Amino acid sequence: MAWFFAKRLVSFTVTLALATIVIFTMLEIVPGDPARLMLGINATQDAVDALRQQMGLDIPPLARYFAWVSGMLTGDFGRSYTYSVPVAELIGDRLWVSLPLAMISLALSTLVALPVGIAAASRRGSAADTGIMASTQLGVAIPNFWFAILLVYVFAVTLRWVPAGGFPGWDKGLMPGLTALILPSIALALPQAAILSRVTRSALVEALGEDYIRTARAKGLGRRAVLWRHALRNALIPVVTIMGLQFAFLLAGTIIIENVFYLPGLGRLVFQAITQNDLPVVQNVVMLLVATVIIINFLVDIAYALIDPRLRKREA
Amino acid sequence: MSLEAGSVPDHVETWADFRSRAMRSRSLLVGTILVAIILCGALASFIWTPFDVTQLIIADRLKPPSSTHWFGTDHFGRDIFSMIMVGARNSIAVAFVAVGIGMAIGVPLGTWAAARRGIVDDILMRFNDVVFAFPAVVSAVMITAIFGPGQFNAIIAIGIFNIPVFARVARGAALSLWSREFIMAAQVSGKNAARITFEHIIPNIANLLMVQGTIQFSLGILAEAGLSYLGLGTQPPWPSWGRMLNEAQTMVAFAPHMAVFPGLAIVITVLGLNLMGDGLRDLLDPRLRRER
Repeated sequence: MAWFFAKRLVSFTVTLALATIVIFTMLEIVPGDPARLMLGINATQDAVDALRQQMGLDIPPLARYFAWVSGMLTGDFGRSYTYSVPVAELIGDRLWVSLPLAMISLALSTLVALPVGIAAASRRGSAADTGIMASTQLGVAIPNFWFAILLVYVFAVTLRWVPAGGFPGWDKGLMPGLTALILPSIALALPQAAILSRVTRSALVEALGEDYIRTARAKGLGRRAVLWRHALRNALIPVVTIMGLQFAFLLAGTIIIENVFYLPGLGRLVFQAITQNDLPVVQNVVMLLVATVIIINFLVDIAYALIDPRLRKREA
Repeated sequence: MSLEAGSVPDHVETWADFRSRAMRSRSLLVGTILVAIILCGALASFIWTPFDVTQLIIADRLKPPSSTHWFGTDHFGRDIFSMIMVGARNSIAVAFVAVGIGMAIGVPLGTWAAARRGIVDDILMRFNDVVFAFPAVVSAVMITAIFGPGQFNAIIAIGIFNIPVFARVARGAALSLWSREFIMAAQVSGKNAARITFEHIIPNIANLLMVQGTIQFSLGILAEAGLSYLGLGTQPPWPSWGRMLNEAQTMVAFAPHMAVFPGLAIVITVLGLNLMGDGLRDLLDPRLRRER
């Protein structure tokens, strides 16, 4: 187990390090000088040089890379060019919108997908199964921003149940905040729910075809008991993996949905930062999102090995 | 289709058998029809559209669907049906080339990793993990924003994320073939790794790559729509489904038709491609066929 863990830890660290190099290099090749872009074309060379020095752009790229990485390790993410505040502070503020949004979406998609997937698998081949599978195909095909626009039209414009966009802030109370996040969460959850239903169904169908299920049935255990007590437990492993990955991608998926609903979250922050050439913000937010995916992958690998001893033997 | 060494098929399938199975696959049939509708619209738009998509007729703005304008008009008086036809060719072109990039680079990388194993395989797969860890939307937005919005950069941004997908699929499938008897026989007969890859590995994994290609194509359509929605894809005056939705968003209260039709076009294309992918997988994977 220790060998397996060590191997995974090395691979995790290498992947994380490579990700920092990729992100840094990508932003290094951005055409144009950020200082010149901020000051405009009429600025004097002295002013641009002074700003370059202030922004740390006069330091060689390699030194800047190490300064960025070591800064991140100590919690210093640099300062935003546009907002002139520490990036960590910006991320902290925006996470209070994006994190609840991603969490509500994940909860919604799980609440819908698990029962739907279980229902389809337990009635495999029936009309209900076909209907559910057809609906999930549709769910996967619907772009979430289009679904969002339709939701706004129905629930905000026509019925006036919820606001069409914006976020009042949590200091105005829990309910106004949650109300503002309802439609974005539903829009974000739809394709994820469709994917998760399909994964749940196929994992359960596979589990139901295993020998131990046949044995349990032969011993006289009822279909329902076999499904809940044996098949579902084994089927949950791939389902939980997908859920883990979905969380990271839901966080990233906010980039479009937050733009549809004008939510001041992480997605909108990174989009605005990209268009404003605010490199420290782009670099750190993208790194945060990528690191989340890598960390979740690592944790899932470890969890797998803890649950399934066959895996760590094979890998070691 | 080459025969697997060591396994004796119940009977050799003829072209007629294959064709009759293809016709019976409902997913494949429905998917092909949906994709064909969109493809016909896109191709027709090169020679004919009901109205000129670059012509603004303000007097006709925000007209609901009618016999003249089947899908209504937008806030500049442009015919939405015509815009969807032209938008189809942009979406298809971007997704198609992006899949091509992914295949052209990913498949050689994946098959090379499988043939060489060892350190080459390790390095390639580690890079694959890194690219996989990048949320595609964020990275695509980053790439298009860095190099400037536009159709070409959208293709590059989407194409890059197809590379590791094809590399992984090709590697996985190729690895399982390298331990098979017919490949060993080819090795014994003196063929080198590159020749074996071209003559035996790639023809045997082509089916799998085709299925994956269909899936990536549909994801490419969604990604292009997302980028265009954010203003980073195809630029005006050429219409794109994503930007049509962006423009529709502010008009949704007065002209919901502006939002409905471009969205439906995306759904039909993606649904059609996904169904085609499912149908093709069932049709081409002999393992699944036996299970049914």
